[in-house]
Amino acid sequence: MSGQGGGMGLKVRGLTATFDTPRGVARAVEGVDLDIAPGEVVGLVGESGSGKSVTLRSILRLVREPGRVTGSVEWNGRDLMAMGARELRRVRGAEIAMIFQEPMTALNPVLPVGLQIEENLRAHTGMAAAARRARALELMDVVGIPAAARRLEEYPHQFSGGMRQRVMIAIALASSPKLLLADEPTTALDVTIQDQILKLILDLRDRFGMSVLFVTHDLGVVAATCDRMAVMYAGRIVETGTVPAVFAGPHHPYTRGLLGSVPRAGSERSMLLSIDGTPPSLTAIPPGCAFNPRCTFATDACRAELPALEAFAPGRKVACFHHARVAAMSEAA
Amino acid sequence: MSAVAADAPARTARRPRLPSTLLGGGAILLASVVVAFFPGLFAPYDPNAFDYGAILQAPSWAHPFGTDNFGRDVLSRVIHAYTVDMQIAIFATIGPFVFGSFVGALVGYSGGIVESLFGRVVDAVITFPFLVLVIAIVSVLGPGLGNMYIAVGVVGWVFYARLVAAEVKVQRRLDYADAARAMGYRHTRIVFRHLLPNSITSAIVYWMTDMALAILLGSSLGYLGLGAQPPAAEWGVLIADGKNFMTTAWWITVFPGVAIVVTGLGFSLLGDGLAEILRTKR
Repeated sequence: MSGQGGGMGLKVRGLTATFDTPRGVARAVEGVDLDIAPGEVVGLVGESGSGKSVTLRSILRLVREPGRVTGSVEWNGRDLMAMGARELRRVRGAEIAMIFQEPMTALNPVLPVGLQIEENLRAHTGMAAAARRARALELMDVVGIPAAARRLEEYPHQFSGGMRQRVMIAIALASSPKLLLADEPTTALDVTIQDQILKLILDLRDRFGMSVLFVTHDLGVVAATCDRMAVMYAGRIVETGTVPAVFAGPHHPYTRGLLGSVPRAGSERSMLLSIDGTPPSLTAIPPGCAFNPRCTFATDACRAELPALEAFAPGRKVACFHHARVAAMSEAA
Repeated sequence: MSAVAADAPARTARRPRLPSTLLGGGAILLASVVVAFFPGLFAPYDPNAFDYGAILQAPSWAHPFGTDNFGRDVLSRVIHAYTVDMQIAIFATIGPFVFGSFVGALVGYSGGIVESLFGRVVDAVITFPFLVLVIAIVSVLGPGLGNMYIAVGVVGWVFYARLVAAEVKVQRRLDYADAARAMGYRHTRIVFRHLLPNSITSAIVYWMTDMALAILLGSSLGYLGLGAQPPAAEWGVLIADGKNFMTTAWWITVFPGVAIVVTGLGFSLLGDGLAEILRTKR
């Protein structure tokens, strides 16, 4: 699955983001490897503060001072990290677009939405004003905003949350990007609207052959939309695999805890699992495996040494010394 | 398309009630501007015509605001002074407003060393009393309105820049600013198209107050003989003319003073009203 197509798609290696804070260096993202093939939808899952959003922002180099990002982000064979400002601007928005979690704040409140859509076209295409207008109208239709011609003149505050997220998507899609980075795009929305937006994104993936990187803490969203998933904990990826494989047999205790904490319809009623304790502060990540203080499988080895993310089956990777025991427990349950 | 627009609820027709401060201030200033453009329509006499038969007369039907020591009609002089003082209000502030906002947007967006350097400039300007600094500059350049505009501009832009810089600094951390960066827009576009319009509100409100202050400053300089030059009718000059007759002919100084207060009030009310609607619009 991953790494196909000879350098096409997104290839992240050793991505690390640190922030200097008064309480020490916060290691928000640590050595993240990630591959997204053309047309693939990948979910990045984890609790709040696990480094998902920072990973996403690091990919497009949106992290500000005092944050520092290292590692390599290869996009269709070019390293975004080493790119000059001008070249990076041509990738941002044109080839890789991003949508944000909060549709309420991610649009400029003083510009009509039509202008905000056209702005992307102005920056990345040579279209004339009339053509931009027509394309903006078309995009409003594509994302399902009724009465598009009239609504182009309206301001963000005249739109509902779901409609604003559609506008965000329309802006992101304007220049037909090849990769969409979606930072919890449905978290702030009602469940019914959530479903519509997810369907819309998948539909657009099919129509335009776009890849999508979904950041979310909602496992339901991952199950419904993603081909592959990566689970993050305290800034590191702890398990990856295809969505059905990970859901059927989690190999990391944290993944098992996450999946066990969600009720599933259709299965026999059982106790919901919870994960004891809280995620570690990013300025004081425990030695060894970061999950060890909360883990029921933890041994001395876990406290002394960091387990590497290693393949144990085709397309599956896990960072746990005891993954075989975890998998056995999951099957027994 | 028109059918859709017709069926839709009257979304844009719903108009919120304007605050009374805005209406009051607007009315005063509209009247002031009309008077400033056509003083001849309102003034009963030539403002500079001497009438030695009617010297230092108290307010009467013939001279509602009385006459001064040369027999000039005070009402006519106050009315003609509108032309000069409204010019001062606008010309002394528009330069600082535009330039200060421009610099402030750049400073707030760049942050870092640029911001630190700007902070020192602000400190340097603010530690000087404004009036003293302006007087010093006018004394070097020579008296007159043109030089007064230059002097006020050299100092005044700093206050606008500080307001806008602080606001841009807040705005650039918001999601929509990151979204604009994520779309690959140029810095200049992000600053002037996205951040500045969202940051300019407080500067606009301050601008209204500043126009009132400019009139006061213009009058102060006129009074000191550094602004508009006699015999030009300007409120500060009129007050200065009347200062020797304060105890015997109060009307020469009081009526120009009232004009200053009313116009200043107009700008203040307009500023408050604007602040109100610009804030609720979000």
